[in-house]
Amino acid sequence: MSNSFWASGALALALLTPNMAGAASDADLADIRDQIRQLKENYEARIQALEQRLKEAEARTTQPAAAAAAPAAPPPAPVAAAPTPASATAAGSAAFNPAISAVLQGTYGNFSQDPNKYALSGFAPSGDIAPGKRGFSLGESELAISASVDDKFYGNLIVSLTPENTLSVEEAYGLYTGAGNGLAPKFGRFFSGLGYLNDQHQHVWDFVDAPLVYQAFLGGQYDVDGVQLKWLAPTDQFLEFGGELGSGEGFPGTSQNKNGIGSGIAYVHTGGDIGASNSWRAGLSYLQTRARNRDYSQTDIHGNDAQVGFSGSSRLAVADFVWKYAPNGNAQDTNFKLQAEYFWRRENGDFTYDRDASLGFTNTSNYGARQSGFYVQGVYQFMPTWRVGARYDYLIPGNVDYGTNAAYLVNPSFHPQRATVMLDWTPSEFSRFRLQFAQAKLREGITDNEFFVQYILTLGAHGAHKY
Amino acid sequence: MKSHLQWLCAVLLAGWLLPASAALSVFATVPEWGALVEELGGDKVKIYTATNALQDPHHVEAKPSLIARARGADLVVATGAELEIGWLPLVLQQAGNPKVQPGKPGYFEAATFVTLLDKPTRLDRADGDVHAAGDPHLQTDPRNIAKVAAPLAARLAELDPENAAVYQSRYKAFAERWTAAIANWDKQAAPLRGVPIVVQHKAFTYLIAWVGLKEVATLEPKPGVEPTTSHLGEVLATLQRTPAKMVLRAAYQSDRASQWIAERAKINAVTLPFTVGGTEQAKDLYGLFDDTIARLLKGAQ
Repeated sequence: MSNSFWASGALALALLTPNMAGAASDADLADIRDQIRQLKENYEARIQALEQRLKEAEARTTQPAAAAAAPAAPPPAPVAAAPTPASATAAGSAAFNPAISAVLQGTYGNFSQDPNKYALSGFAPSGDIAPGKRGFSLGESELAISASVDDKFYGNLIVSLTPENTLSVEEAYGLYTGAGNGLAPKFGRFFSGLGYLNDQHQHVWDFVDAPLVYQAFLGGQYDVDGVQLKWLAPTDQFLEFGGELGSGEGFPGTSQNKNGIGSGIAYVHTGGDIGASNSWRAGLSYLQTRARNRDYSQTDIHGNDAQVGFSGSSRLAVADFVWKYAPNGNAQDTNFKLQAEYFWRRENGDFTYDRDASLGFTNTSNYGARQSGFYVQGVYQFMPTWRVGARYDYLIPGNVDYGTNAAYLVNPSFHPQRATVMLDWTPSEFSRFRLQFAQAKLREGITDNEFFVQYILTLGAHGAHKY
Repeated sequence: MKSHLQWLCAVLLAGWLLPASAALSVFATVPEWGALVEELGGDKVKIYTATNALQDPHHVEAKPSLIARARGADLVVATGAELEIGWLPLVLQQAGNPKVQPGKPGYFEAATFVTLLDKPTRLDRADGDVHAAGDPHLQTDPRNIAKVAAPLAARLAELDPENAAVYQSRYKAFAERWTAAIANWDKQAAPLRGVPIVVQHKAFTYLIAWVGLKEVATLEPKPGVEPTTSHLGEVLATLQRTPAKMVLRAAYQSDRASQWIAERAKINAVTLPFTVGGTEQAKDLYGLFDDTIARLLKGAQ
């Protein structure tokens, strides 16, 4: 230190005093040259030492930033060969932009029955469950935005743009990521974790439309406005418990205009692997909610369309199971997926016949119904990018006790059912084209042959699919 | 009924409160990092490897078993560079384990310690399954393993300070043995320099750069896009102008396309282990490169 300090001092002095240097003798000059040489050697040695230290740091560092600086170390590297580290690419105000993706969909439909008269015989109409329009139609376009909010929260917004140019919020929730201990609290609007298919978005389904049990018992899909708490047990076997409290506005419940909680959901899911080739998941779920004046139109014993309404409690239990097979766990070439869900529903309360008194026989009576249904489906990828699938749906109208309304309404006995086959082509993770044919017997004596062509395109951020 | 409930609660509570195990629990996304942690940690670590060598690392599902294992992990060792983008974020999100989230010491990404090759100049899915940060298959060059080993050992020591000395000494022993092994592989692989080859998927960029092979063509028309007959025809035409010695594929890939081209172009079809466990000989990291070089030398004959 001190040597180089004095040497640099001498050098500076020599440079600043040209007159003195000019007057200096040859011996002085030689002395200065010698000092300069020493200085040079000194700095060269220090630079070498620094380079050595940099190399060591490069090998030992645990900081990505240090590794990012390393490629810049050899100065003569040509620009094209010097790769930019990933960490250096995100910069500016755009660096915090959330992940954005969009799903574009459309179908061509051919129905032998009028899709506007779509109904499940013996089951209360549950909202927008029609299979779609005849001919060409645009499906729901989906826009998803997600990112970490801060060090504690993660946010996700998924809006659906309908072909009728309306906008609906499918999911908009915050997730508390800092809880730990396997806890994952979620709040906002989200698809309930009950069953298997419920929390999967429509564009990842294996068929164009939802299973009949979802249509009959949940109006397609059960969305919760409320809070969710999931707890993952600390075991090697996947064991997850979940609970949800919500507004209860979605079918089978109705808007209740009251303080407190409108719906409660509890479920348990478990799953694991069997060898490298098999994985599975199974679950049990329970939903309890209330309906108030759940009104709809029903054909009575005389063939009249009567306004009827139900008020009371609705309880639903779901058992779900999915098994996936891929040779050695490699699903790329061939794989198989088997999935089944069974739904039971029990409703108790008051049932009013002829609510608008248009038939002049308004009557309210006690009501009790136990109904159930299931679907089972298998999808087989027989070669890369190509899959075939088959699905069978069956609804059991069960035992409906109309009380004194039995004078006007007939106990349903018809079992709606549907058989579906599909073939799809998935040229990449981001596009899928599907052909689907279904024979649906949903009303007594009426068979609907439904044919679909569907496309699904995903663009933007690379999403991850749920199991 | 009540006593059953109490019993269940007690079991669950016990499971929650008791530490899962004294050893550091490591979740490795791919076999090479599982094997490296094994070298560095020995019996001080409990390793779960999420995928096997016969699985396509690009297409893994967020299976229940993976979520359950990520829940109890002290350290997640991933490749990064978007290799696991289709499943790991979902697994980590559902695991309810803040220790192993990206940015935390419990999350280790190998790609940040290696200079990645083939960084695309243009990001467009029209170019296939491109990785914005560069080619993530960095484990096919043993020098990259060495680059990852040092920070990984430091991370193990950071998370498990009690055994820091063990990790440090195991790292030293590994680094010495590994450096010697690389020198040996370099010598063995000398005849491979400049040998023209065809690859099925762009999975061997780092191997090719290390050994000095010459990539003439790729069977996939775009990364991650299945080979088409028309593209294979073009590759065949290319091979008639610029002949290659062999066609390489990773053990996890289907052999149809490479067999097709091997038969018609009359070249050798070589299956490389790609990672630990990809072939019977690739039992550990040393076996991985011993076998890779041996298979390449055989194919080049």
